[in-house]
Amino acid sequence: MTYLTDPDAQTQVVVSDVGYSVSTRSQNDTGAPRTKGRTRLTNRRWFVIVGGAILPVLILAAWQVASTSGLVPISQLPSPEMVWLAAVDLAQRGLLGLYVAISTQRVLLGFAIGGALGLLVGAVVGLSRLADILLAPTLGAIRAVPSLAWIPLLILWFKIGEESKIILISIGAFFPVYTIVASSLRHVDRHLIEAGRAFGLGGVRLFTSVQLPAVVPSVISGLRLALAQSWLFLVAAELIASSMGLGFLLNDSGQNGRIDRIFLAIILLALLGKLTDALVGLFEKWAVRKWA
Amino acid sequence: MPTDSATSTTPTGVAVSVEFGRLGRAFDPSKPVLADVDLRVEPGEIVAIIGASGCGKSTLLRIAGGLDTQTSGSVSIDGTPVATYDPRTAVGFQEPRLLPWRSIADNVALGVPRGTPKATARAGVDRLLELVGLADAAGQRPREVSGGMAQRASLARALARSPGVLLLDEPFGALDALTRLKMQDLLLDIHAAEPTTVLLVTHDVDEALQLADRIVLLGRADGDAAATVLETVTVPGRRPRDRGSAELAELRASLLSGLGIDRHGHARGIASSTTIPAFPY
Repeated sequence: MTYLTDPDAQTQVVVSDVGYSVSTRSQNDTGAPRTKGRTRLTNRRWFVIVGGAILPVLILAAWQVASTSGLVPISQLPSPEMVWLAAVDLAQRGLLGLYVAISTQRVLLGFAIGGALGLLVGAVVGLSRLADILLAPTLGAIRAVPSLAWIPLLILWFKIGEESKIILISIGAFFPVYTIVASSLRHVDRHLIEAGRAFGLGGVRLFTSVQLPAVVPSVISGLRLALAQSWLFLVAAELIASSMGLGFLLNDSGQNGRIDRIFLAIILLALLGKLTDALVGLFEKWAVRKWA
Repeated sequence: MPTDSATSTTPTGVAVSVEFGRLGRAFDPSKPVLADVDLRVEPGEIVAIIGASGCGKSTLLRIAGGLDTQTSGSVSIDGTPVATYDPRTAVGFQEPRLLPWRSIADNVALGVPRGTPKATARAGVDRLLELVGLADAAGQRPREVSGGMAQRASLARALARSPGVLLLDEPFGALDALTRLKMQDLLLDIHAAEPTTVLLVTHDVDEALQLADRIVLLGRADGDAAATVLETVTVPGRRPRDRGSAELAELRASLLSGLGIDRHGHARGIASSTTIPAFPY
């Protein structure tokens, strides 16, 4: 008995002793405080905001220098001031607000319709094997059609009005949502689904208590992609056929050689896209905390 | 479900029997996993099923819970055939399988049978959380608690169903050794408080010896493709058993050899010595 137990105990002490010394050494070596400090800095709110603003400020400065030093002719690169004046000019004529409003309205409407349909069809295809077999190949083919290809057809069918643009944007918003919802529903942890079934859940109850909450985070990232896609399709729609909106401003300015307005439209699209994306991003953060 | 009428006559929470009759299961017709399994588990009994990896012990348990279906033979609970996801059973899986977006209390509440009045359900969940020592963690999310706590929550969820048969599939297999011993004691406490029938699959012979009234050794006889019951052993003594008892040590050795593990019997002949050999021996 003594033979067996005593050496055992000693081995344990030795092993644990070695383990202990190794772990303390590694703690000192990897520099725990350094890692701590790094995460602290990148977690600070002011650093996140300032860090994100560094590059835009640099670009603005480089732009100012390039356009005023005569390196690049004004007809190729207007100065920031000219773009600002173009914005003020358009705003005074009441066009800037109108263009931004109409473009935003188109995006939001198309995004809402396309996103809702994407959720619905994605859920059906993701949950039902039969729907997957029947619908997925066709939807995949429709998805492969480039956005510009729809425009002539939509204009013929719906004329040059709001409908044709909103339908095009809906098509753009539909596919990211549909694809992500369908595939994430198909890949919900089988273990969780089985546990849900084993505890008497089925049908709608299983969907609302297990499958839907499990895909909420990925659905929201799908919505985020869809929103970006909506702005993309908006410009495509407005470039070809419209009398208002940021895409129209781009096209019109291009034909009239108003490069300051082209810059203005591009900057506005960047700002609006980033702003709406940030809003969805906040929603995503909240949802991930709640559901993941 | 055809057995709904049968289940409604059995009040929930009362221990019931489980019976496998010449049960067989083959995922592929040419490769049967289980064949001719005959086993009767009495109401309130704890039966441990041990066997080598891949011998079909989990499959047997899943069939008892209606999570899988046998290809031949029969399985019945309280005399009536097992239904799909049979409501008379509750399963404790090897992984906790808690819904990550729900609090511990809400996860346990998932086990409460539908149609239970809200206040009763609430009280039942609170009582179970108390029983498994999770009252303080009720509002926490699964990812915020330890593996042992998650597994206790999973056990409480299974108990919330007031099952006639509790099916445990290596429930403590993923836990560290100390937590596992604590969970075994907890299971015995729970069984003393609510004497339900327990069917426990484990690969741990000591766990089986500590918990079970009977141990069923599942395995393939020489030349057979499918596993069946090789041996049924009644564990001597009353629970809680002394983990170091000599009688159990003997039984452990025979069960291990049944699992194909060499007991290294020669080690027993070593004379005790007062001199400690030099490291590393």
